Amino acid sequence: MSAMQNTIRIDRQEIPFTPGQTIMDAALAAKVYIPHLCHYPGLPPSGNCRLCVVEIENRSVAACTTPAAADQTIRSNTPELNEARKALTQMLFVEGDHICPSCEKTGNCKLQAMAYYLGMLDDHFPQFYQRREIDASHPDILLDHRRCILCDLCVRASREVDGKNVFAIVGRGTKTHLIVNSPGGKLANSPIATTDLAATICPVGAILIKQQGYQVPIGQRIYDQHTIRETSLQEHIADCDKLKRKEHQDIER
Amino acid sequence: MTNSCQHNSFNLPQEHLLHRLHALQQEYLHISPQAMQQVAAEFNLPLSQVAGVVAFYSFFSAQPCGRFHILFSNCTSCGYLPDGQNLMQLLAQQLQVNPGKTRADGLISIGETSCIGLCDQGASLLVNGIPLTHLNPDKITQIAQQITANISTDKWPAEWFEIHDTIYRRNLLLTTQLAPGSALQQAITHGAAETLTTIQQSGLNGRGGAGFNTSKKWQLCREAPGDAHYVICNADEGEPGTFKDRVLLRHHAEALFEGMTICAFIIGANKGSIYLRGEYRYLLSHLQAVLTQRRKHGLLGRHILNHADFHFDIDIVVGAGAYICGEESALIESLEGKPGIPRIRPPFPVTHGYLGQPTVVNNVETLIAAAHIVAHGSSWFNSVGTQKSTGTKILSVSGDCLSPGIYEYPFGVRIQQILGDCGAQRVQAVQLGGPAGKLIGAPDFNHTISFEDISTGGSFLIFGHQRDLLTVHRNFAHFFAHESCGFCTPCRVGTQLLKSNLDKIAEGHGTTNDIETLKQLAFLIQHHSHCGLGHTAANHVLDGLQHFPQVFAAHLNQHFVAQFDLDQALESARQITRRDDATAHLD
Ligand SMILES: Cc1cc2nc3c(=O)[nH]c(=O)nc-3n(C[C@H](O)[C@H](O)[C@H](O)COP(=O)(O)O)c2cc1C
Ligand code: SF4
Ligand code: SF4
Ligand code: FES
Repeated sequence: MSAMQNTIRIDRQEIPFTPGQTIMDAALAAKVYIPHLCHYPGLPPSGNCRLCVVEIENRSVAACTTPAAADQTIRSNTPELNEARKALTQMLFVEGDHICPSCEKTGNCKLQAMAYYLGMLDDHFPQFYQRREIDASHPDILLDHRRCILCDLCVRASREVDGKNVFAIVGRGTKTHLIVNSPGGKLANSPIATTDLAATICPVGAILIKQQGYQVPIGQRIYDQHTIRETSLQEHIADCDKLKRKEHQDIER
Repeated sequence: MTNSCQHNSFNLPQEHLLHRLHALQQEYLHISPQAMQQVAAEFNLPLSQVAGVVAFYSFFSAQPCGRFHILFSNCTSCGYLPDGQNLMQLLAQQLQVNPGKTRADGLISIGETSCIGLCDQGASLLVNGIPLTHLNPDKITQIAQQITANISTDKWPAEWFEIHDTIYRRNLLLTTQLAPGSALQQAITHGAAETLTTIQQSGLNGRGGAGFNTSKKWQLCREAPGDAHYVICNADEGEPGTFKDRVLLRHHAEALFEGMTICAFIIGANKGSIYLRGEYRYLLSHLQAVLTQRRKHGLLGRHILNHADFHFDIDIVVGAGAYICGEESALIESLEGKPGIPRIRPPFPVTHGYLGQPTVVNNVETLIAAAHIVAHGSSWFNSVGTQKSTGTKILSVSGDCLSPGIYEYPFGVRIQQILGDCGAQRVQAVQLGGPAGKLIGAPDFNHTISFEDISTGGSFLIFGHQRDLLTVHRNFAHFFAHESCGFCTPCRVGTQLLKSNLDKIAEGHGTTNDIETLKQLAFLIQHHSHCGLGHTAANHVLDGLQHFPQVFAAHLNQHFVAQFDLDQALESARQITRRDDATAHLD
């Protein structure tokens, strides 16, 4: 097999891939950023947020779930696609209650960082104002459903990495919501622990570790200093311990 | 207490999760958290999976329904709003119950549900799962009386429950009844490879919507390695305005099972399933009876037609109210006892389907056509139709016409001819292929029904000149918002936004800017969603804006209007303070 056969082209850049890799895998390995929220390298992809939409010929596909194939010509960083990504981000904003200034996650939140990255200046769409609950039953971990973007990362992290299956997403349409897989459905009755990946992977302020609020001042948080593009090119599950340590160091600092 | 459910004992085999939950719902009128835990233990599943299934499907509820549970269809053809009346509201008033809430004494609950496939039978409803057709205000009053007197449904007048299938046009498939076993015998005599060639030569494409070539699908599945192969009949028929599969299941079940068995013979399957939409549960006993007959005659089971190593049987799995389960990968998820979330494709079902094994999923009509092709030969089939669309298409015609019902035409038939045949006059628009399909106006009535022109899975909805098309668009938008599985952002959020935007325009609060938003939303949903539901959910809006722009423009406001009613927003404050005087209002 010639080398040519194992490359894809993203926005005119030749990128190598190995069979079995998705477009996202290949792009990230080559340090090419495709915006994403529900993808985390090392976890199986889901394909729900659609931020990673790219175009192959005239078809739009999710980069995180589409296998890379020889000679694919892919458009990603185009004004049209970035406009679509911005609109999808706005959709996620209005669906939940994302009042950033009053959220402890502000500055560390990927949804907010994505909005910055895509130049989102307003919500554009009307707010849903859905009634959703807060589960404060657990002594160390807070679950605020109002901010959940249904990205499924905690579900996959708990199942695939922590081996606990603490979370699930259920319901249909706009009634889709996260549940805790425990009798009574409360986090306190689940085996989740603060050291679990599921407790820290949430991209937004839906799952928060308690007793840590505001230890890092606003202005010195991750996305106050880096773009989501920069941080996303760094992350991988194998590094997540490192990541956690780094966050702890940040906190201590 | 009279048990209104007796009429409704569907006796489903209990080994399937959906059937176990149907039984619990029927007996206890809801599925309690305790019941979910018990079922999870019985099936050795995580509680979250059982809770997920209960939350996903419309026909399961965590809150108790009434002993009489009534679901009105909200389809534009068999819905509860015929000729400007509101039959659901009428019944709710007479029984003093709010739609969506069970009456305090637990006797009655009323709600609405997506099209129940009775579009040729007038306004229709399901009472404890059984269809009741040809509704009018008089009948509503009589129903209210029966319920108030707590008379169980099996003692209601039998003619209320009658469904008269009317077939106005017959062609290849509806003229002949296949002698049981005749096609199968041909297949066995000629062998799998030759039979597949016959189907290939016939040019048969799938009748369920996407139009994929049937022989190619079977071939891919036949060649795919796996521990087992499966054949699945898609009898979910959820597209509003479609009811041809209902009629086929009722009158041509033999041919359907024959088609499935031939498919099994070709792909090497030992097991097949019919995924029957929950709305068609009343067809179950008939289908089971035909299956039993076929087993008796050696057409199912072990050593079919005395063949040394051809063993095959069919079971029926009853869905529970979810349009998305018509999408083949969602259907397979549902068969596996999960919520119907479409899978990531590729891999496709032909290589990784039911239980991860190679699987053929075909529409009812496709399988029946395949059986006839094997019995009568490929030229019998492809001498009818057009070059690219061979054979016939069975249409479900409904809406504003004199003769709603079933029409079988050769492919290539003009829309104008169909309108003439069914007695439709002064037609404003036709929606082909249901809300997910194509909306056309009079200038396009000279187009034909075919894969190369305008294709339809079977739905043919007619809107006369007196119809307000914006109401139709709203109806469709509500349908998709309700049926979106909720998995991906553009469809989950976008269909809600589309719905509220159309509501806003219809209520007179829209401006030109809202038309731009409609276009933007439609584009996002159509292009960036995960599955076919999203890809098609905004078609009707785009078609409407193109062919009937005045329908939207007529409702637009020239001046800015606030998105929400400020005075209405103060309502909760007024309630809390128990004030309703003039100064508690804005103007
Ligand atoms: C949202 C959605 C709903 C569908 N509903 C049905 C259905 O009710 N019946 C059906 O046969 N196909 C339906 N389909 C198409 C199926 O996915 C699949 O293509 C079809 O069953 C294949 O059978 P065929 O090749 O015989 O047409 C639906 C597709 C989508 C995206
Ligand atoms: S809680 Fe967080 S990680 Fe879990 S689904 Fe919601 S947004 Fe995603
Ligand atoms: S397009 Fe709609 S139905 Fe399909 S996966 Fe997305 S949310 Fe579900
Ligand atoms: S990152 Fe690919 S769909 Fe979310």
